[in-house]
Amino acid sequence: MTPPAVRCKGLRHVFGDTVAVDGVDLEIPAGQVFGLLGPNGAGKTTTIRMITTLLPTKTGTIEVFGIDVSRRKMAVRRLIGYVPQQLSADGSLSGRENVTLFARLFDVPRRDRATQVDTALEAVGLLDDADRPSATYSGGMIRRLELAQALVSSPRLLILDEPTIGLDPVARTSVWERIEQVRAETGMTVLVTTHYMDEAEEYCEQVALMHRGRIRARGSPAELEDELGAGSTLDDVFRMVTGDEFEDSDKGGMRNVRAARRTARRLG
Amino acid sequence: MSVPLVAPPAGWADTRAVGRLLSRVSTMCLVELQKLRRDRSELVTRAIQPALWLIIFGETFSRLRAIPTGNTPYLDFLAPGILAQSALFIAIFYGIQIIWERDAGILGKLLVTPTPRAALVTGKAFAAGVRALAQAVIVLILAAILGVALTVNPLKLLGAAVALVLGSAFFCCLSIVIAGLVLSRDRLMGIGQAITMPLFFASNALYPVDLMPHWLKVVSYINPLSYEVDALRGLLIGTPAHLLLDFGVLAVAGALAIGVASGLLGRLAR
Repeated sequence: MTPPAVRCKGLRHVFGDTVAVDGVDLEIPAGQVFGLLGPNGAGKTTTIRMITTLLPTKTGTIEVFGIDVSRRKMAVRRLIGYVPQQLSADGSLSGRENVTLFARLFDVPRRDRATQVDTALEAVGLLDDADRPSATYSGGMIRRLELAQALVSSPRLLILDEPTIGLDPVARTSVWERIEQVRAETGMTVLVTTHYMDEAEEYCEQVALMHRGRIRARGSPAELEDELGAGSTLDDVFRMVTGDEFEDSDKGGMRNVRAARRTARRLG
Repeated sequence: MSVPLVAPPAGWADTRAVGRLLSRVSTMCLVELQKLRRDRSELVTRAIQPALWLIIFGETFSRLRAIPTGNTPYLDFLAPGILAQSALFIAIFYGIQIIWERDAGILGKLLVTPTPRAALVTGKAFAAGVRALAQAVIVLILAAILGVALTVNPLKLLGAAVALVLGSAFFCCLSIVIAGLVLSRDRLMGIGQAITMPLFFASNALYPVDLMPHWLKVVSYINPLSYEVDALRGLLIGTPAHLLLDFGVLAVAGALAIGVASGLLGRLAR
């Protein structure tokens, strides 16, 4: 039997006095598009950063395709394609150079490299703009370029942290179409965080709703909506789970976490 | 998408560790070269300051004859010191670039690839060295025009280039170490500015060590910049130098700094 793409048990992470992740158990079956939902500051990004080996796992365990993340970091990194929240392409490199860098870092053999880079660029519709400096790209193009960077190594698990944040509706749809297409062709597992419920409803097979560091609900969007009652939307489920604090935390939540992080750093 | 992305062939993961480290180091060096290619103007503007040191400070102090440098004219004595100083000024702020890459999400993304931290740090150290070399060419041409008797022996020039790259690599890594400790751009700027001048003055770049008070001599002996200047001076001007010791100190200091900086790199992405 294939192990699940991700299995977290008793995951907990603390920044200073702030408990960002508070006992998360999560299992993501291989081959699914899985949405980790929640308001800003819910602990989604912290969870992602632990799965991607950026944060150490002090309490609890994480396995990626059965491999222990804290023991075999390099082996896990080899399986992951990661797109962080910020638009993170290197503006001083061309689109092609950005993707080639990642092909080399994942040991795509020299003879296949050029083809593989072109295939990834074509998959995200950037082949024609590949030789321009990426500093001249629009936000949506940079996001697609990052997808190409993450895809060029044919990862088994693609992790996207708020992939459509700050993008206009057309660019959002375009990014999701590329994700869907690649997933259909390669069967890779996709783990995505978002707080856009409409996106989760449309593109995710399974979702987990996170609030204040804990998973509060899990299932397919349809299951969660049915549980709440006929005619409910994922938005309603979200409001029910997060309560009235949604609006508040949307304004200050992330800032609070960041501030707490900075304080924690200062205080060591 | 017309061609599907193929799955990695079996055996990719078996790449031997040393081979992989070398391959990663060369990848990171290559990407730094690609970046440098795009800001050539900076290479020129950054050469202005060392040029002023040579033309104004150097010419003036040559006339004053205040600093005894034996049979070597003061401008000849000064030129290698200014070369090392200009490399130091570039390298000591490299940590800012790392912090900028952290803020832009670039560092985090690189840290999630199967790349040893040491390869990322070595790439930066190499880039600092290449920048220093580009600037050195401008400074050396200027020095030659001003009449400094520089060597034309290609082996000695190559040796000087190696000393310059090693020195830059050390100070670049020192900057990344500070970045990994203070984690913010502003604090790094402050510390960078606070230590560059002391490093410069507490070295043999401007005056012979023999002139220094005892306590400053001690500082000079533990300052890698002194060894860099000693090697550059010996190779370019032909003053007596301790080349073996100089290169030994620079290589060991560089390797140690790469090690410590790699250990602290992960802290930046947390």
